[in-house]
Amino acid sequence: MDLTIDAVRAGVADGSATATAVAEMHYSRIAANDGVEGKGINSFLALGKERALAQAAKIDSMAAKGEELPVLAGVPIGIKDVLAMQGAPATAGSLILKDYRPPYDATAVTRLEAAGAVLLGKLNCDEFAMGSSNENSAYGPVRNPRALDRVPGGSSGGSAAAVAANFAVATLGTDTGGSIRQPAAFCGVVGVLPTYGRVSRYGLIAFASSLDRVGPFAKNVKDAATVLQVLAGQDALDATSSDRPVDDYVGLMAKPVEGLRIGVPKEYFGEGLDPEIRAAIEGVLDGLKGAGCVIKPVSLPHTKYAIPTYYVIATAEASSNLSRFDGVRFGLRDAEAKTLSEMFRRTRDAGFGAEVKRRILLGTYALSAGYYDAYYRKAQQVRTLLTRDFLTAFLDVDALVAPVTPTPAFKLGEKTDDPVKMYLEDIYSVAASLAGVCGISVPCGETKAGLPIGVQVIGKHFDEGTMFRVAQAVEAGQGQA
Amino acid sequence: MSEQAGVSIEDVRRVAELANLELTPEEEPRMQRDLNAILKHIAQLNELDTKDIPAMAQVGEMLGGAAHEWGETLREDAVRPSIDRAAVMAVAPETDGRFFKVPKVIER
Repeated sequence: MDLTIDAVRAGVADGSATATAVAEMHYSRIAANDGVEGKGINSFLALGKERALAQAAKIDSMAAKGEELPVLAGVPIGIKDVLAMQGAPATAGSLILKDYRPPYDATAVTRLEAAGAVLLGKLNCDEFAMGSSNENSAYGPVRNPRALDRVPGGSSGGSAAAVAANFAVATLGTDTGGSIRQPAAFCGVVGVLPTYGRVSRYGLIAFASSLDRVGPFAKNVKDAATVLQVLAGQDALDATSSDRPVDDYVGLMAKPVEGLRIGVPKEYFGEGLDPEIRAAIEGVLDGLKGAGCVIKPVSLPHTKYAIPTYYVIATAEASSNLSRFDGVRFGLRDAEAKTLSEMFRRTRDAGFGAEVKRRILLGTYALSAGYYDAYYRKAQQVRTLLTRDFLTAFLDVDALVAPVTPTPAFKLGEKTDDPVKMYLEDIYSVAASLAGVCGISVPCGETKAGLPIGVQVIGKHFDEGTMFRVAQAVEAGQGQA
Repeated sequence: MSEQAGVSIEDVRRVAELANLELTPEEEPRMQRDLNAILKHIAQLNELDTKDIPAMAQVGEMLGGAAHEWGETLREDAVRPSIDRAAVMAVAPETDGRFFKVPKVIER
């Protein structure tokens, strides 16, 4: 893959490139290969050239005057369409928000622009971030740039594909049950799930608020650490953001891994794991051992309950969050309805796709009278057990290494008929989501058929520094393979 | 959990009504089938005895330390500028500039 953050910033700083030319180059790649007519990758849903080129011109003028450039100066970045950018569409992949243009910026967007990034446009995703293949977008599926007949993963499929196709140097995605790590693995890029509370969610269209997180996709670990450094930190506009100090990720990443204790959770290597993925992860562990890490088997005994727990909690929260889409204040409205309640129902019926309806129904059922204790409360208790699994394991190890997905990218249409089969795609990612720990997906090889394989490094709460350090060692090890 | 009983078409309709969703006659049996399949998978949670296990709503409550470290504080209740009303009303389906307009609420 070509341009990295360092390359763009250095080029703009020394005058060998301009932010405007870098942005135009990425826009021409998008025009040539992303396409809007069903043949391209279909990663971008909207381009915001005016705003992007104004920002690029500002950076170029700073560079011309010899001013010190911010860390993401001129770096072209794409934004998942669940995050608000003032005046730009924010469809969340849904028809119900087709013409919605939020009147404000998400904090993540504000921070990227303040750091000099050039925001190219909005990226396709599963509707309301619900999906593992990007096939639930109302605006058509995204194709995997590494294999066009395959899915890019989801829900942040557009964000992963845009980086893999070199349409952007980095992108933002969101992860509720695996929606950054899984598409990163499928597309062969780096994707980061920050600790719950580390990155502001102000301006994010909410899916499941106890789980939703915003994080970066990038071409390498250092770029991902650089973008997270910009995003991380408390935000007065998000009451769930933590005021803990933000570590120096790029500095910590460069420290040697010698002596670090790496846990290998045995439950993540059971039946159903593709043998080529297993072999690749074993190769990663050998490499870490060679770099001086201590590899220790650990157990996360409640892992098999993570998927059922997740699908109760996430759908219950979604049924509540998505009640705001009612045709009153923004988005679609059914104009024919004679009464308010008819307007609610007809608007929501026309605006929501099948998977969103399925999850709203399941969540409403789990929260309804007579079922609350059996489903929602039970799932919250099991969530405690799943979190304790991680806290216990982290008494003995500094980070965990595991697969991201049980299989490489599957074919478009392969799993759309069976929701449970699709949900099981998230088997290695949802537990970290429920427990609030941080995680990263790093490319670690490919299958014989040429499909990317990702390895997951899971860190302690707010210990992204160690997570990046291990990830950097994994990435460095790939070069020697 | 009562997964043995299963979700009936009437349950699907009742839940759809609670959620303000209008399902077509074609959607109803598909949703019934899918909900039953998912609930069957969820029933695995019954294998676990969770009698004395506290319910967890947010991860911060598991980690100890001060609430603000886990993003669980409330901001000061003070007046501060918000988004301009005109900008908000501009993206609404129907307004008179000050209020959102909706179809009649009470059926007669």
